[in-house]
Amino acid sequence: MELVLSAGIGVLTASGVWLLFRPRTYQVIIGLSLLSYAVNLFIFGMGRLRVNAPPVLEPGGAGGLLTHTDPIPQALVLTAIVIGFAMTALFLVVLLASRGFTGTDHVDGRE
Amino acid sequence: MDPSRSCHFGKIEGNGHIEIAATLLLILVLAPFAGSLVAICIPAHKGTASAWLSGCIALFCLATSAGLYPIVAANKVLRYNVDWLPEFGLNFTLRMDGFAWMFASLVTAIGLLVVIYARYYMSANDPVPRFFALFLAFMGAMLGVVLSGNLILLAIFWELTSIISFLLIGYWHHNANARDGARMALTVTGTGGLCMFVGLMLIGHIVGSYDLDAVLSSGDMIRNDPLYTTVLILILLGALTKSAQFPFHFWLPHAMAAPTPVSAYLHSATLVKAGVFLLIRLWPVMAGTDQWFWIVGLAGLSTLLLGAYFAIFQQDLKGLLAYSTISHLGLITVLLSLGSPLAAVAAIFHTMNHATFKASLFMAAGIIDHETGTRDMRKLSGLFKYMPITATLAMVASASMAGVPLLNGFLSKEMFFAEAIETHKYNLLDTITPYVATLAGMFAVTYSLRFIYSVFFGPPPQDLPKTPHEPPHWMLVPIYFLVFSCLVVGVIPAWTIGPFLHTAVQSVLGDATPVYSLAVWHGWNLPLFMSLIALVGGVGLFFIMRPYLATSIEGPPFFRRLEGQRIFERVLVTLSWKWARSIEMRAGTRRLQPQMRVLVAVAIVAGTVTLLSQGFKPANIVLRNIDPAFALLWLVGMVCAIGAAYQAKFHRLAALVLLGGAGLVTCVTFVWLSAPDLAATQLLVEIVTTVLILLGLRWLPKRIEDPDDPEMMTISTRLRRLRDLATAVFAGFGMMLISYTVMSREMPETISSYFLERAYREGGGTNVVNVILVDFRGFDTLGEIAVLCIVALTVFALLLRFRPATESLEAPEQQRVQNAFDDDHPDRKKGDSIAEYLLVPSVIMRWMFPVIGMLAAFLFFRGHDLPGGGFAAGIAMSIAFILQYMAGGTRWVEERLRIHPLRWMAIGLLVATATGLGSWVFGYPFLTSHAQYASLPILGKIPLASAILFDLGVFSLVLGATVLILIALAHQSVRAPRAQIRAAAKLAAKENT
Repeated sequence: MELVLSAGIGVLTASGVWLLFRPRTYQVIIGLSLLSYAVNLFIFGMGRLRVNAPPVLEPGGAGGLLTHTDPIPQALVLTAIVIGFAMTALFLVVLLASRGFTGTDHVDGRE
Repeated sequence: MDPSRSCHFGKIEGNGHIEIAATLLLILVLAPFAGSLVAICIPAHKGTASAWLSGCIALFCLATSAGLYPIVAANKVLRYNVDWLPEFGLNFTLRMDGFAWMFASLVTAIGLLVVIYARYYMSANDPVPRFFALFLAFMGAMLGVVLSGNLILLAIFWELTSIISFLLIGYWHHNANARDGARMALTVTGTGGLCMFVGLMLIGHIVGSYDLDAVLSSGDMIRNDPLYTTVLILILLGALTKSAQFPFHFWLPHAMAAPTPVSAYLHSATLVKAGVFLLIRLWPVMAGTDQWFWIVGLAGLSTLLLGAYFAIFQQDLKGLLAYSTISHLGLITVLLSLGSPLAAVAAIFHTMNHATFKASLFMAAGIIDHETGTRDMRKLSGLFKYMPITATLAMVASASMAGVPLLNGFLSKEMFFAEAIETHKYNLLDTITPYVATLAGMFAVTYSLRFIYSVFFGPPPQDLPKTPHEPPHWMLVPIYFLVFSCLVVGVIPAWTIGPFLHTAVQSVLGDATPVYSLAVWHGWNLPLFMSLIALVGGVGLFFIMRPYLATSIEGPPFFRRLEGQRIFERVLVTLSWKWARSIEMRAGTRRLQPQMRVLVAVAIVAGTVTLLSQGFKPANIVLRNIDPAFALLWLVGMVCAIGAAYQAKFHRLAALVLLGGAGLVTCVTFVWLSAPDLAATQLLVEIVTTVLILLGLRWLPKRIEDPDDPEMMTISTRLRRLRDLATAVFAGFGMMLISYTVMSREMPETISSYFLERAYREGGGTNVVNVILVDFRGFDTLGEIAVLCIVALTVFALLLRFRPATESLEAPEQQRVQNAFDDDHPDRKKGDSIAEYLLVPSVIMRWMFPVIGMLAAFLFFRGHDLPGGGFAAGIAMSIAFILQYMAGGTRWVEERLRIHPLRWMAIGLLVATATGLGSWVFGYPFLTSHAQYASLPILGKIPLASAILFDLGVFSLVLGATVLILIALAHQSVRAPRAQIRAAAKLAAKENT
C-alpha cells in the first residue's frame, strides 16, 4: 500500500516539476494541478493509510486513533482541494489575460 | 470552541479613584487618535471646524493631564495595563510618573497653543482638515511615547512619530523641498528608530522583561552586562538621530520646509525632544559609564558648538531657529552625558525652557513670513515700526534663548555652566567642556541678537512681497502666553515651575535627587562671569560680523561645502540605485523559467540538507502486502501523470483528459483509504476544474511548431531539458522516499485524538472532519472561504477587462460548419443545428437540475454526521448550474434564470461571520458553536448545531464563487462575437472615410 502510494506521489511530483519548468503557460497550469494532487496525497498520507477504518463516529461515542481514521490531514486536504481549484481558476484567467494582452502563451509574455 | 483569549485589566494598586485615573491615561492617549479619525472625515473647505475639534481635543487632553497632577505629585506612579501578548512580555502598558506628566503637559499645552496659532496661519487653499488630522495623530503618538510603560510599545509609538512627522513635514507635497525634507527626516529618524528598537529588545533580553518599571530597577544589571556597549550604541543611534545630534543633525534644517506651526510643534516641544526624553528616561539605568560619557558627551558638545556656529550664518529665519534648536538639544545632551544628578536636573529644566521660548520664536518667525512674504534676513529690516507687539514678544523670547538674566533660559544656562565647571571625569573632554560651553553661549548671543536686529531694526524694508502689519490678534495669543511664562519662570522660578520640576526630577532620580536651588541670584560666581563673557563677547562678535552677514550667502564659510544633505543623498543613490541595480543586473532575471528553477532548486536543497543533517534514514523498502488492484490503479495513475506531462504542450485536450485520469485515481485512493469526504469533494472539484479548463482552451493559440522536429532542437535546448528532467526525477524520487518513510512508521500521538474524543461530545457531530472544519477550526475555515471569495472576485475583475487575441475571435470551427449547413438549406433557420445538436443529452441535463439540487441538499444536511458538508454541497450545486449552461447556452439560461453569484458570496460570508459574532451575544468567544438535534418532518432527525448555520455560509459562498468563476469565463464566448461585430464596424467606418 504505502510503497504504491509513495511511488504514485513521486511520479506525480516529478511530472509536475517537469511541467513547471516548461515555457508554455498551459503546461505550467497542468503541472501545478499535478503537483497539488501529489501534495494533497502526501498530507493525507501523514495520517497513515488505513483500509476500512470508520471515518465517522458512532452517535454518542468518542473515537480514538486506534479505531478511527485520522481526521486532521483529511480536514486539511479537504480545504486544500477547494483552494487548489480557486488557484487553478485564477491562474487560468491570468493565463488568458496575458495571452490576450501579449498575443503569446509563453510564460514570459514574449517568445 | 477556540481557546478563549483572556483579556483582563491589570491590577492597579490603591483605591477606586486611582483606577479611574489610570483609565484616564488610556483616554489621554486615544483621544487624539480618535479626533484625528474624525478630522480626516471633515470636508476640505470646513477648515475651521477641524481647528475647533483639534482645539477641543488638545484642551481636553491638557485638562486630563492637569487633573492627574495631584497623583503624580504625591510620587505615585499611575499604571494602566491590558494583557496583549503576555507570553512574549508584550503588554499594552501606560505609565505616568512625574517626568512623563511633565512631558505630557508640555505636549498637550504647546499643542493647544499651536492649534490656535495654526487656525489663523493656515491658508484656506490648503487642505486644512488633513493638517489637523495629522497634527492630532502626531500628538497622540507623542503622548504614547512619553506614557508608554512597555519598551516595545514605546518603540511602536516612536515609529509612529517618525511616520506622522514625515507626513507633516511633507504637508505641502507639491513643493519639492518639502518632499525631500520629509523623506530625509523619515530616513534618518526611521533608521535610528530601527536601531533603537533592536537596542530596546536587547534591554528586554538582559532584564528579562520589557516592562519599564522592571527595566528602571535593573540599572546595575544593564550596566554590567557584556552587551552594554552594543545596547548603548543602538539606543543612542535612535535618540541622537531623533534629537538631530551631530553627525545626524542635517535633517532638521531641511524639515523647515514644513508649515511653521509644524516646526513650532515638532522642533520645540515634541519630535526632537523625544530623543532627549528617551535619554532622560533611561538615564538612571544607562548613564555614568565611560562609554556613555564619551559618546553622548562628544555628540552633545560638537552639536552644541557647531549648531550655534552654523546658526549665526543662516539667512533664513527658520534656518537660524533650526540650528539654534540643534545647538540647544546639544546642550541638553551634554548635561546628560555628565552623569551627575544635578546635571540631569538642569537637563530636565532646560528641556522645558527651550520648548517655551523656541515655540514662541517659531511662531514669531511664522508671523513675519505670513505678513511680509519672506523669511530672508537680507530682505527684512526695520519691522519694529510695522509690528511692535510681535517685535517685543520676539525680543523677550530671543533674549531668553540667548540666556539674558531674569528669563527662564538664563536659569538653566547658569545651571549648565555650573555643571560644566565641575570635574566629573579626569579627561580631555571634561576639561574643555567649560570653554566650549562659554564659546557656544557667545554664539547663542550673536545669533539671537542677529535674529532681532536684522528683522526689527535698521532702515525700513525695501521690495517686500507684502506690506507688513500686525497679525490677527489670536495669532499673537499663544505667543503672549509662552513669553509670559518665560518671564514668570525667569523672575520667580521657585514659585512657578519649582514644584512641577521637582516632581519630574524626583521621578527620574528617585533617592538620588540632589539639593538644587532655583534662585535667580547666586552671588558673584564663576557661572555668572561665564554668562557675562558670553553676553559681551556675543554682542561684540555680532557687531564685527554684521557687515559680512548683511549680504553673505546662506551657510557658514567652508562648512557650507560639507553639507550633510549632499553626503546623505550620495549614500542613498549609491545604495538604493547603483548597487541595487548592479545586483539586479547580475543576479536578477525577469524570465519566469529561471526563477522557477531557482525556486525548486532551493526547495530541494533546503529539504535535503535539513533531512540529512537531522539523520534521515529512508525506511527499507518492503515488497509485501501490496494489493494488486491498488497497484494496478496507480499504474494507471502514473501513466496518466506522465502522459499529461508529455502531451501538455501540443495536445492540450489529451493532457486535460489525462490530468482528469490522475485526479480520478486520487479520488479512488481516498475512497480506498477510508476518506469518503475527500473523495466526494475531489470528484466534484475534478468535474468543475475540467469544465473550467475546457472553457479556457479555446482562447489559447494554435500550435506554432512541429513537436518532434529534431532540427528545432539545439544542443543547449537538449541539455536544458535534460537538466530539468534530472531535477524533476530527483524531486519525485525524494518525495517518494520521504512519504514512504513517514507512512511506514508508527503513528505518534497527535492532537487528532483530542478531536476524535470531543467531536461528538462538544461539537455535536459524528463526522469528525466536518466538525473540525465548521467548529473546532471554524476560524481557519472562515479565512479560507474569504480567500475563495477574493479569488472569485479577482477572476471576475480580470475577465471584465479581458480582450481576447484577434485570431481567437471568430466562431469555433464546429459552429461555422453548423451555420453553413443552415445557410445551405432554405428550410432551416440560422441556429437550428446548434439547438438540435445534442438534443437528447441536453434535455437530460435540464432535468438533472432538481436532482442535483436535491443531492446538494442531501450532502449539506448530512454533513455534520456523515460524509458531505458545505464545501461538497456548494460545488455539487454549482455543477447543476453549469449543466444548464452546457445544455442550453448562456443566453438561454440567462433568459430564464436570474443568477446572482456575487450576492450569494456576500450572503455566505455574512452568514458565516454573523454566526461567529452570534456567540459573542451569549458571552462566548468568536465562533463558539452550540449543538442540538431537532426532528423535522420527512428529513428526520437532523443536527441543529449553530455550526450548521456556519456551514450554510460556507455552502453559499462556495456555490457563489464557483458559479461566478465559471460564468465569467463562459460569458467570454458571448462577448467575443460582440467584439467581432465592433471590430468589423470599425473597419467598415475606416473604409468609408
